[in-house]
Parts: sequence; C-alpha cells; structure tokens
Amino acid sequence: MDQSFSFTSVFAAYDQLLLGAGLTMRLTLASVALGMIVAIVGAWAKTSGPAWARRLATGYVEVIRNTPFLLQLYFFFFGLPSVGVRLTPNDAALLTMVVNLGAYATEIVRAGVEAIPHGQTEAARALGLRPLQVFRLVVLPPALRIIYPPLVGQFTMVLLGSSVVSAISANELASVANSIQSLTFRTFETYFVVTFMYLLMALAFRGALGLLYSLTFGRSGYDRTPAR
Amino acid sequence: MIRDINFNDFVYMLLAARWTVALSLIAIFGGGLAGLLIVAARMSRWRIVSAAAFAYIQFLQATPLLMQLFLVFFGGSLIGIRFDPWTAALIAFSLHASAFLGDIWHGCVVAIPRSQWEGAKSLALPYWTTLRLVIVPQAGRIAVPPTVGFLVALIKSTSLASIIGFTELVRAGQFINNATLKPLFVYGFVACLFFAMCWPLSKLSQTLEDRLGRGLQPRTGRGI
Repeated sequence: MDQSFSFTSVFAAYDQLLLGAGLTMRLTLASVALGMIVAIVGAWAKTSGPAWARRLATGYVEVIRNTPFLLQLYFFFFGLPSVGVRLTPNDAALLTMVVNLGAYATEIVRAGVEAIPHGQTEAARALGLRPLQVFRLVVLPPALRIIYPPLVGQFTMVLLGSSVVSAISANELASVANSIQSLTFRTFETYFVVTFMYLLMALAFRGALGLLYSLTFGRSGYDRTPAR
Repeated sequence: MIRDINFNDFVYMLLAARWTVALSLIAIFGGGLAGLLIVAARMSRWRIVSAAAFAYIQFLQATPLLMQLFLVFFGGSLIGIRFDPWTAALIAFSLHASAFLGDIWHGCVVAIPRSQWEGAKSLALPYWTTLRLVIVPQAGRIAVPPTVGFLVALIKSTSLASIIGFTELVRAGQFINNATLKPLFVYGFVACLFFAMCWPLSKLSQTLEDRLGRGLQPRTGRGI
C-alpha cells in the first residue's frame, strides 16, 4: 500500500461524512432545545423553587459538572440496560448530551436570573402576577439576554463534545471518521479532514447564534460582552 | 467468564486514579508554561505574532479535543515516530491546556484597567518592571479562580485518553465492568472518585471567585 499523504480516499467518502455531520448537527440542536428546557426548570428550582426542588437541582448540577461526560455516557449506555432500559447508541448519546448540557446551562441561567434586580420581581408581584408568571414574563427574558454569550460558548462545547459519543458508536461525524479510517487506513488524513469539518461547523454555529442574537435583541451588547 | 466484584477491583480503580491525577498535573504544568508563551505572543507588538497566537487559541478551542488527541496520536507516524498513548495524551492535553490557559490569562491581563499601565508609565517604569510589579500581581489574583476551574475541566477531559488506550480511571472501570458486568455499580464508583477529585476544586474556585466580588458573573463550565 502506498504510504504517501493522500486525501483521495477520504474525499471519496464525502457522502458519509456529510451524513455524519448532519447527525452531529441534529444531535447538537436537539440537545440544545431539550437541554435549555432542563436548564430553565433547574434554574427556576434553584432560585425560586421549594426547598426539596432546590436541593434536587443543586445535587444534579454538582454531580454532572464534577464527573466526565464520557463516564456519564457509559453510565447511561451500559448501565441503563441492567435496569431494563435499552437505548440505541444515538438515543443514549442524546440523553447524555441533554443531561450534561442541562446541568451546565442551569448554572448559567441561574446566574442570569439572579442578576435581575429584586425591584422588578417585586413590582411584577405587586401587579398581581402569579410566581410562575413573574418568572416566565418578567425574569426570564432579560436574563436570557444577559446570559446569551456564555450560553453560545456552552452550546459550542456541546457541538464539539458530541464527538465523544463516537465511543459508543453513535453514527455521527466522529464515528463516521472511525469507520472511514478503518476501511481506508488513511487514519491521519481522515481525522485531519474531520477536524476541519468540526472547525467549520463550530464557526458557522457560533456565527448563526450571533446573528440570531442581533435579530432578537438588536445589535448592541453581544460583541462587547466577553464570550467565555 | 463473569465473576463477582471483589475488594481488589476497588483497589485497582483507586490506583488507576493516580494516572488521571498524573496526566492532569503534567498537562496543567506543561500547558501552563506554554500558556505563558501564548499570552506573551498574544501581547506582542508584532501583529503577525499576536495574530498567530489568536489563531492558535481559536483553532484549539473550536475543534473537538478528541480529534486533537487522535491527530497527535496518529500524526506521529507522519514524522516517523510512533507515539504511545501516554506520550500522545501528554502532548495533546498540554496543547489543549495551553490554548485555554493562554486565553484565560490573556483575558485577566486585559481586564487590568488601562490607567494602571498609564500610571506606571508616568512613573517612568520600564515595560518589564510594569509587568512584574503592577500588572502581574493584579492579573494573577483574578486569574486564580478560572485557572482552578479549568483544572476541573481538564481532570474530566483526561477521561478521553481512555479512548486511545491510556489506562486511567475510566478505562480501569471499563476493564472491571467487562469482567464483572455491573455497569451501574462500577461506573457509579468511578464517578464517585471523579467527584471526590473535582468537587473540592470546583468549590475552591467558586469561593475564590466570590471573594473577588465577581460572584454575579455567570460562571460557564468548560470541558467535557
């Protein structure tokens, strides 16, 4: 076999690579949508929920944020079948990504909620809004605006981190790369191309979310806030 | 052959934790040294040098760590070296850490008000003296909490080294699980060990940050 540097066989598999990239994107978007629901419920529990909900949310956030994603993935994929829940690799990947993002985003949303001045919630309550309405209508919208940049950073981490689910052979981009390299023996070339695909996806994703911000909240504010 | 889990398995996993610790410590020191160079390059007066440092940071932050690990692991053969998993992991995690620490620390230096530089200049302090006596002490203080926070992220990330065959905590757990088939229990135990390493550091980072009076800023968790 010819051992020089060659990308031909990698590019020949472009249709598989695009399919993989598509699934990576779908996994990411689904995790973001579901993870944000978890995060908003979690942030509500941590800031204005009853004591038991607060403790539950705190425990969830601390456990997830202090253990590796890969371990959480193994726990769900290999562990759940032993209690009778059998998940396909793709479902286990989505579940882990949602649970993982939910914890990180809970902390981000909580910080945003706590940054809303007390006067606003008091005024809303004085106007006769019920607690849940206060949270939904008065606290959440400005909080989301404040935390948008760190959320974008976290969402990008989800996109990049999704490559880890190749460890259980979900068929997203990194798994596609694994199977292409094992067929073509062009290991470095395959990962090289796929790394750049991830780079492009991450930049496009970040750009799209930045655009979404200016469309929703107007131009000001986003660029000046340091995106961590 | 599926056997019962026994005391030795726990000892094995506990001992495997030292490889997680070793990899994390070496990567944070190696990455820290390289990170200092990145900060210096980022602050350089030559546009091309600071642009290169910026591109380096952006590239490593916008590509998956797992792919970086693979590129280092399989890329060695391009220059005729076959890296073992341990060397590949050390190099990849140090590069990864250097980009993130470089970015964090550069942010801390930039956060020091311009008036501090101007004040030092009006006192006729040379550049390096300004840096040593005025900027670094202040930037260093605000740099500690995010650096500890990054260490937590790094410890968790080292689990990815198991995918290229480096035996650290997660891979040790896989071995035990393959022999005993008690995934919830084994991975639960491994999770406890990770939690025992990461949680005190997370708390420390949070306490230090609150003490700086920046507690209202949203803290973003990094890492996988």
